[in-house]
Amino acid sequence: MEKEVMSSLKMAGNILCSASSFIRKCIFGVLRVGPIPNHIAFIMDGNRRYAKKQKLSHDGAAGGGGRYDAGFWALMVMLLYCQELGVKYITAYAFSIDNFKRKPEEVESLMASMLEKFHLLDILVKRLAVRVHFVGNLELLSNELRASAMELTEATAAYSKSVLTICIAYTSRDEILHAVRESCEQKRIDLEFDNDDDNEIKLMKVEKNMYMAVAPDPDIIIRTGGENRLSNFLLWQSCWSHLHSMWVLWPEIGVWNLVFAILNFQRNKTYHLEMRKKEKEL
Amino acid sequence: MLSLRFAIPTANTLTPPKIKPKPGLVVQTAWNQTDLFPSLPKRNDYKLQAATTDLSVAGDIPAEEVVELPAELSRELMPKHVAVIMDGNGRWARQRGLATSAGHEAGVKALRELVELCCQWGIQVLTVFAFSYENWIRPKVEVDFLMSLFERALKSEVESLSRGGIRISVIGDSTKLPTSLQKLINEVEETTKHNSRLQLIVAVSYSGKYDVVQACRSIAEKAKDGQIQLDDINESLIEQELETNCTEHPYPDLLIRTSGELRVSNFLLWQLAYTELFFAQELWPDFRKDEFVDALSSYQQRQRRYGGRH
Repeated sequence: MEKEVMSSLKMAGNILCSASSFIRKCIFGVLRVGPIPNHIAFIMDGNRRYAKKQKLSHDGAAGGGGRYDAGFWALMVMLLYCQELGVKYITAYAFSIDNFKRKPEEVESLMASMLEKFHLLDILVKRLAVRVHFVGNLELLSNELRASAMELTEATAAYSKSVLTICIAYTSRDEILHAVRESCEQKRIDLEFDNDDDNEIKLMKVEKNMYMAVAPDPDIIIRTGGENRLSNFLLWQSCWSHLHSMWVLWPEIGVWNLVFAILNFQRNKTYHLEMRKKEKEL
Repeated sequence: MLSLRFAIPTANTLTPPKIKPKPGLVVQTAWNQTDLFPSLPKRNDYKLQAATTDLSVAGDIPAEEVVELPAELSRELMPKHVAVIMDGNGRWARQRGLATSAGHEAGVKALRELVELCCQWGIQVLTVFAFSYENWIRPKVEVDFLMSLFERALKSEVESLSRGGIRISVIGDSTKLPTSLQKLINEVEETTKHNSRLQLIVAVSYSGKYDVVQACRSIAEKAKDGQIQLDDINESLIEQELETNCTEHPYPDLLIRTSGELRVSNFLLWQLAYTELFFAQELWPDFRKDEFVDALSSYQQRQRRYGGRH
């Protein structure tokens, strides 16, 4: 009797999953009638508030940064949805240089959590054929974390279906500073070897030296957690991006939030294309 | 164009209803949402603030009148630097069946009112995005009209701006402006440079990216001349080379964009790292005192963490 009940429940669960998967496929099919963004960037805000809501301990059941586990899975789910929709580039703001200002134990716990997730991330991105980049001032990370990041970047270099860029030890100003330094260094070398055809540093040269030169500019920047600011994220690349803020906390983000953001983007897509074209003409 | 009206209710609203805040309640505006949060504390303790500071300098600037702030606002939490993207003049004119030029003229009136409010409410710097680098591609007739509007506005306002203690600075690539306008800008900047009540920065022919590129060129020149080493290049040096080095407060606390568009449009990129963004649905000529109060009120309710803890 109990077996029959369990089997019925399991069947009902499967039917519901199939039904929701079918509904999702239908919704995505409708979305694809309009323009799909090529690149979506996420500011993953709200993990700590979520953990407080769920009353997760500081260390978490798995030890070391359990409060960020839900955030990791939310990113993986978004990656899956974006791949299904046909969004090729996804960028996530995982850790800002400013976050080093937090309490040392919190920073350590977050770093430990990230290191723990590499193995899982490795399996998932290889399964989904996702190329991974880590951008930021990686010198600020521990040797272990940096080595794991480099290893994963190399291991996924051949994939091209999707590109996941994880911004870690990153701020946009640091990125621009790095690009300015590189541009000045290149100019100095050009002058030394009398190779200076152009008199001035051009915008394209500065852009090539950005960490984010691995991806095109984002079409949409989605920020969860209800705040309305860029927090030093993709300042250069966001100049024509559609900015979408939502109240939902990052670990709670779902398919409807993504659908809504894309619909909003589709309203203004023509304007984006026009302005990017004009920028190139000038 | 896809329909935006859902039968299925969602947590986020595409076109947030315009809700006037009840006394004691504050409207928090996300990039595309408006919601009421009854649990937020009333700001009764900051209901009325009277400014009696005498800003007269060498007899040029008249003393401020006593100014009462609206009930929602607190003088202590007033932003030092407000930036505005004045979007929507063309649409405003089209809605009324008028020529685009009428929209721009109405926009100037709205700007005048905003400048007055900023002076009264203790905001120290107001940066306005008057004409972007990308706007040069607009029809010549419209561009020529805008250039002549800038000249007329500057000529007619310079005296009252001087009397009001307002300092004018213009940022952007001035080489593309008509010579007469360039000359006038230099004169106005010179005439008003000692004023200190409010600094009005007008961005004309401005691009946030080109601001960074010109800073980079300037730094490269200094490095070439041996004035600095490459290792000396840091964020502070870049800040000094940006066009906003004309003010003590180069980073806006609040950016307001009108007309409901949700983007920054190449305005002040470096400077906006920690700026609170407020997107107003109204078109720029309709952005008046009430709407400005909404924006300031939203700003004053926000927690600014700068990447640190709550």
